[in-house]
Amino acid sequence: MTSRMTEIWVGIFVAAGMAALFMLAMQVSNLNTYSNADGFDVIARFEDASGLKVRSPVTMAGVRIGRVKDIRFDDKTFEAIVTLRLGKGHTSLPEDTSASIYTAGLLGEKYVGLEAGAGSNHCEDLALEAELDGSTFNPADCKSNGASNVLHNGSVITLTQSSMVLEKLIGQFVSKFLSESNVEKKK
Amino acid sequence: MLTMLQGLGRTALDFFQRLGRGHLLLLQILSGSHTLLPRFGLVIKQVFSVGVLSLLIILVSGLFVGMVLGLQGYNTLVDFGAEESLGVVVSLSLVRELGPVVSALLFAGRAGSALTAEIGLMKATEQLSAMEMMAVDPVRRVLAPRFWAGVISMPLLAAIFSAVGVIGGYFVGVGLLGVDDGAYWSQMQANVDLYKDILNGVIKSFVFGIVVTWIAIFEGNDAVPTSEGVSRATTRTVVHSSLAVLGLDFILTALMFGS
Repeated sequence: MTSRMTEIWVGIFVAAGMAALFMLAMQVSNLNTYSNADGFDVIARFEDASGLKVRSPVTMAGVRIGRVKDIRFDDKTFEAIVTLRLGKGHTSLPEDTSASIYTAGLLGEKYVGLEAGAGSNHCEDLALEAELDGSTFNPADCKSNGASNVLHNGSVITLTQSSMVLEKLIGQFVSKFLSESNVEKKK
Repeated sequence: MLTMLQGLGRTALDFFQRLGRGHLLLLQILSGSHTLLPRFGLVIKQVFSVGVLSLLIILVSGLFVGMVLGLQGYNTLVDFGAEESLGVVVSLSLVRELGPVVSALLFAGRAGSALTAEIGLMKATEQLSAMEMMAVDPVRRVLAPRFWAGVISMPLLAAIFSAVGVIGGYFVGVGLLGVDDGAYWSQMQANVDLYKDILNGVIKSFVFGIVVTWIAIFEGNDAVPTSEGVSRATTRTVVHSSLAVLGLDFILTALMFGS
């Protein structure tokens, strides 16, 4: 084999190795879902954030719109402070958005689910109102109104629902069951 | 009694002498490597015989290891209704463990033994001594290119092994057993971390490349220059480097994923 062929084969080998590494990085790992660079941070306080991890998904309507960036403990209020990093495209979430910690599947991982509050669909409300009044609805009205109270960098989500701990639920169920059976005995 | 003690002492001394010679050789190779840069063709020639010629066994075994992982993983996961996680099982076990370890074992068998036999025969036929007579340093001319070729080839081979394995798992899981196509890739992407999993796998294979090539070159250089000595050295290369790979794998795994 000539030295030229040798070098060509080595070139193919190195290119194949690089391509394999590239495929592992792009196709197999979560490189393309990293969104640490762009986006904004929103803080949510939970009474109980058990099971939640850094980089857990943040979803709205079942679609991932961000990730958990940081989880800390507040010494004063004894709450968990969870920092959510939302994608930069999601700047129109209303301020009364609520955050809950859910479980994917029965034993799956925990994630933060966001739900838009009652005042979310300002436009829809106005349209409904206008329809009831019999007046005409101008879509331009609602835009300026809704812009002031949206979630922005550093804003705090106040409406939260803690993660469901299975032991607590079972404990509540058992104690309720026991007290009910005691009442029945007394009767 | 005294002869027994003498035997024990001699074994220990031999062991430490070999260990010391091995480290001195590694030091010589590393300190003589700068002369390779202007003559990189030497390394390329060795990458061909060490890396390219190992491609076939790596490709075939990677494909089949991935397919077996897909099959076995599916059979276990389907009991829990979690066959969507097949991609995670296949990719994590390949990228973290099987890719670096199995390709290092294959590399020791395919390329390490060839290196030892080649260098040992060079020594037995006094080619290395002849080089020294011509004032050519055999460490720089013969050993260093082979060492760097092994160190370069090993991570590439391990990456190819893992990538082909993931594709093999895809063929069996999605093609044969009917796992959802999107779930296979998306679950994989959601659970495999670039730095924690893939980079650590590459570091592992890099370390294995150094260790396997080092052992192979040392055994060849240290072989008793007879046909029996060369054959023993070749066997020792495969046995020692396989043991070293498996032992180091545990240590590296404990360091990387332990906490």
